[in-house]
Amino acid sequence: MPHDGPSQAKAASTAAASGIAAAQETKRQRLRLVIRAAGMLPVLLLLCVGFHFLSDGRFFTGQNLGIVLQQAAVNTVLAAGMTFVILTGGIDLSVGSILAAAAMAGLTVSKLPDLGSLWLPVAVLTGLVFGVINGALIALLRLPPFIVTLGSLTAVRGLARLLGADTTVFNPAIPYAFIGNASLTLIPGVASIPWLSVIALLVILISWLVLRRTVLGVHIYAVGGNESAARLAGIKVWAVLIFVYGVSGLLAGLGGAMQAARLYAANGLQLGQSYELDAITAVILGGTSFVGGIGSVWGTLIGALIIAVLSNGLILTGVSDIWQYVIKGLVIIGAVALDRYRLQGSART
Amino acid sequence: MSGPILEMRGVSKSFFGIAALRNVDLTVYAGEIHALMGENGAGKSTLMKILSGAYTPDPGGEIRIEGRPVRIDGPLGGRAAGISIIYQELSLAPNLSVAENIYLGREISRTGLLARGLMRTGVGPMLDRLGADFTPQTLVGHLSMGQRQLVEIARALHARSKILIMDEPTTALSAGESERLFALILQLRAEGLAIIYISHRMDEVYALGDRVTVLRDGRLVGSLDKPEIRADTIVRMMVGRDVSSFYKKDHDPQARRGPPVLAAVDIADGRRVKGCSLTVHAGEVVGLAGLIGAGRTELAHLIIGASPMTSGHLEMEGRAVTIRTPGEALDAGIAYLTEDRKTLGLFLDMSCLDNINLAVLGRDAKLGYILDRDKARDTANRAFATLGIRAANVGVTAGGLSGGNQQKVLLSRLLATTPKVLILDEPTRGVDVGAKSEIYSIIDNSAKSGTAILVISSDLPEIIGICDRVIVMRAGRIAGEIAQGATSPLNQEDIMAFATGPEQLDAS
Repeated sequence: MPHDGPSQAKAASTAAASGIAAAQETKRQRLRLVIRAAGMLPVLLLLCVGFHFLSDGRFFTGQNLGIVLQQAAVNTVLAAGMTFVILTGGIDLSVGSILAAAAMAGLTVSKLPDLGSLWLPVAVLTGLVFGVINGALIALLRLPPFIVTLGSLTAVRGLARLLGADTTVFNPAIPYAFIGNASLTLIPGVASIPWLSVIALLVILISWLVLRRTVLGVHIYAVGGNESAARLAGIKVWAVLIFVYGVSGLLAGLGGAMQAARLYAANGLQLGQSYELDAITAVILGGTSFVGGIGSVWGTLIGALIIAVLSNGLILTGVSDIWQYVIKGLVIIGAVALDRYRLQGSART
Repeated sequence: MSGPILEMRGVSKSFFGIAALRNVDLTVYAGEIHALMGENGAGKSTLMKILSGAYTPDPGGEIRIEGRPVRIDGPLGGRAAGISIIYQELSLAPNLSVAENIYLGREISRTGLLARGLMRTGVGPMLDRLGADFTPQTLVGHLSMGQRQLVEIARALHARSKILIMDEPTTALSAGESERLFALILQLRAEGLAIIYISHRMDEVYALGDRVTVLRDGRLVGSLDKPEIRADTIVRMMVGRDVSSFYKKDHDPQARRGPPVLAAVDIADGRRVKGCSLTVHAGEVVGLAGLIGAGRTELAHLIIGASPMTSGHLEMEGRAVTIRTPGEALDAGIAYLTEDRKTLGLFLDMSCLDNINLAVLGRDAKLGYILDRDKARDTANRAFATLGIRAANVGVTAGGLSGGNQQKVLLSRLLATTPKVLILDEPTRGVDVGAKSEIYSIIDNSAKSGTAILVISSDLPEIIGICDRVIVMRAGRIAGEIAQGATSPLNQEDIMAFATGPEQLDAS
């Protein structure tokens, strides 16, 4: 046909144009990913600098930063587990109670004459067992995660109190106490980092490796992105769900062990009360989508740090305990609102 | 005939410097059905959104309604100008009644209270005129897709629209519902409405169109009057080249046909599938035809273990196999392409790379767990090259691709597992003409390499064009089987005879 030539040329030019457009689109997508991952980093830095000036330069001192890192540690560990769960579109409300039960179980074992040094694995395994039970109820009986973990929030809290006969269990000679209070010396006399923070960073690093570098990680994102499609693609959705709630329980158990080592004591009623809220807050601040499928554990780390910096900074600046609550709440809402505003059009939550 | 009811002259629209619509003219008369055709991305929806007021056109063009220049501003502008659009995804509130939906946004109130009774009596005559078999009080959630479409039409007429735009109205309808819709469209035309009808389906355009306008790459290619409307002309205008060998079937069914691979023996799910047996051979493309609701998708779900089998069994290469989950089906070598790629197939937020590799991650992993990212990248790049997936690179998210490219990404995932049996459920639904032709070549190449292929399709010309043999289902049973012979080519009449059957009442 006579008009074939020009129309082919036209097609080629439009293909080239669409190629350029597509390249721009990828660039935009990449930028969005970076923004999403960096997400709250500017907010974190801004808070740090702000508190530094408001507290007359008491924030950026080696000692204070050590305190912030230590205070963030347990919540970081819980929030890492929560990231796995929320990535599948679920929620785990029971982590605070599981933390308490694990700490109680650990401390009880630590007082046994010969088996004392086994307390650490016992605490972690206690958490794992409760997490797997949550996961099994959700994956196999197909009950909603919110309901299941709301139930275990209450039930496991009761079990935690039962473990110590509703008293506080002390063990001033608990083995491995160094993980709770000592620091790892990086440069003698100059820089050290609390063992609790080392553990938290390792947890983040391992979580990232699992989520981004293993088959299971892709499957977790897939289940969160589209559960029915995941099932049709041959993914064992039930196994993925049991895994994520198991991880959340296991890390709550680890958090319990960290608390026990730090305090040399645990109380089934008081320990870990409303920790689940801080963990969920850290995940959301970190930019993980509440409907699942989008997010990263590095964001969660930043979210957990923001919470710790806020608490620390408000104390340094001498704000009263009551106003700390109000300010923390508003900062959380404001930060997420800012995030949503910046990501408008790409965010689905 | 009087002057045109709608005239668009030199209308353009660009987004961030990329032109979606360039200098397009469109003239529509009252009492005509004007079909608008073009591949996905040709500019049809942009044109529609300008008419509805969702987009503001670039300065320079002109839109006249009944000879008067108009500016259509905001979503209410289209309605005010007498234009109503019925979208593919219907925009009705399922929790409200028919009358409430029709009056939505223009409720009648008496001293601040909703006048429900007045609204009900107001829409009654309209529903009667349209031949509705439901009352104004019925909840829209209880209506079928066809009935909901009728509510949408009633809403448009109630707003005294003179121009009705319908965007692929039959995609969600059964054959019977489509027939009723066509009758209604013809009735509306007789009443003097102008109807702009957007469709990918050639048979509908034949049956209804008084005139056809074709868009390509945002430009007007041309308009055809009724006598000039021919499938090959339209396809050529749409794709800009001759599509002589549209249906690819280079493989020779007799020479290639190998031993039986998949056999289903009297399988049933106790509900929609009532004892079906079929066999698919290596290198063979078998069509599974039938009306919507005949149980074809349910049969496929049964074979891949997506729903539980109540009786019967499966054989792979002569040996009985048990398949309880889609994962086990993949392990056995059976891959299934869902008819609903957005909700059951793709992960729209994940990259093409992940989407393509999802089913083979475990197989390719190092030490059984660690992702082999180089291998995954190779697999995805190879799929992009062999299937002609058009995207900037394998890292872009699947949600941003066109329908055809999404379908090819999903196909790549299946092909990556090197299946022995490929079950394709409506492989070309919502895919433009160019991509259709490419998907046919993919099917043909897979058959040549010895894969046994079962294609479920409601598009009869497609079934006839690509299949070696057709199995027809009716009401959960196999109604018949027709082989493509050298002397007796497949034809639509034979397939439809089996699909509808002599005892149509049985099809409940």
